[in-house]
Amino acid sequence: MPPPAPQPNVRVVTLTIDGKDFSARADETVIELCRENKIPIPSLCYMDGLSIWGACRLCLVEVVGQGRLVAACSTRVAEGMNIRTNTERLQRYRRTIVELLFAERNHVCSVCVSNGHCELQWLAQKCGVDHVRVPYRQVRNEVDSSHEMFRLDHNRCILCTRCVRVCDEIEGAHTWDVMGRGSDCRVITDLARPWGESETCTGCGKCVQVCPTGALVKQGTSAGEMVKDQHFLPILARRRHAQ
Amino acid sequence: MTTPATPRITVATAWLDGCSGCHMSFLDMDERLVDLAQKIDIVYSPLVDTKELPEQVDVGILEGSISSESDLHHAKEFRKHCKLLISLGDCAVNGNVPAMRNPFKLADVIDRAYRENVDLQPQLPTVGVPVLFQQVRPIHGCVKVDVFVPGCPPHADAIFYVLNELIEGRTPDPSRVTRFGA
Ligand code: SF4
Ligand code: SF4
Ligand code: SF4
Ligand code: FES
Repeated sequence: MPPPAPQPNVRVVTLTIDGKDFSARADETVIELCRENKIPIPSLCYMDGLSIWGACRLCLVEVVGQGRLVAACSTRVAEGMNIRTNTERLQRYRRTIVELLFAERNHVCSVCVSNGHCELQWLAQKCGVDHVRVPYRQVRNEVDSSHEMFRLDHNRCILCTRCVRVCDEIEGAHTWDVMGRGSDCRVITDLARPWGESETCTGCGKCVQVCPTGALVKQGTSAGEMVKDQHFLPILARRRHAQ
Repeated sequence: MTTPATPRITVATAWLDGCSGCHMSFLDMDERLVDLAQKIDIVYSPLVDTKELPEQVDVGILEGSISSESDLHHAKEFRKHCKLLISLGDCAVNGNVPAMRNPFKLADVIDRAYRENVDLQPQLPTVGVPVLFQQVRPIHGCVKVDVFVPGCPPHADAIFYVLNELIEGRTPDPSRVTRFGA
């Protein structure tokens, strides 16, 4: 869904988060309210300025009186809501989600170009993931180095689709898509042709900057050198949505 | 040497499929080692001379992953004789660089290392080398591990923090001080 355009006369609701009272605009999502108030909620697919995807489930929170957990990025605030963001159950689930991401593809942080600048690596530490309890899948994934400036390493991709969304919604090129299901799921460029042969890619590098991991990087970077700059996104997103 | 008032904690260390970097980081604790030496006794390690793992050790520290019969044997011995077992460093904790060969066939990896990339006398070493497993595993893929200290290598401060917490009788939380790839 497209990000909600701010409306002039929205209602204000009051709700409780971790025992504290807050008021919020009724069109805000739980994660937006938490970010404004510095309440940490782990997230990977959510990115301020892009549409909401709701796929990684790291942002799950508890709503008191409701058995089902909800994704903070795709749930709007409501009057009287009582939210818990950091219960033992949530910590356990978050840990497991991060571990599964590590086990699914091949993450070798020590030799990764994004070492020290990676959101997945940082989240693992935050969530107390000091080892992975499930066996690693150990499947070899392709690396596409055909683009003259950028490289895609499927081994590090967590399928957050930030690249797909920024390319479509902000750059307007729509080079990226998602293909395949389950463990065959992949991000692709131009109907699964090598990136370097893409006729739609403008070479803007926005996908590289928003990618949370070392999956999309600049060519020529070595271990730990790939630092990302995401400052452009809120500015461009605001201008686009104002149009 | 005088006998200490309280019995010291006995520590054993070994490196399996690792580069010795984690042991170097251990030595990097520098002058803190002097303090530590008042509280711990290293009873078996590549850093000391003893050839036999004692019957009962308080803390076992393993560097490196399990890539061969010999690594597995070591890991089992440590588990059997150590009250508490620590995986030290990314190779021990998650396979890290040694496990990068896992998606490939072992025969292809050996060919690449000992034949394809060799100019002079390409040959497989056969004397005194353990048989490699098809798959490299982290230590906890084979034996139960109690404390995990990620990092490549974990910083000396992180190792000191973990040992010190254990000496003080607390449960260390290594994620406070180190992470994968640190
Ligand atoms: S992408 Fe992140 S988590 Fe994966 S290997 Fe690189 S630094 Fe580690
Ligand atoms: S670099 Fe190419 S693929 Fe990436 S966002 Fe820009 S246009 Fe899209
Ligand atoms: S390439 Fe990066 S941004 Fe794109 S889906 Fe994979 S992890 Fe997300
Ligand atoms: S951040 Fe909410 S599901 Fe990914």
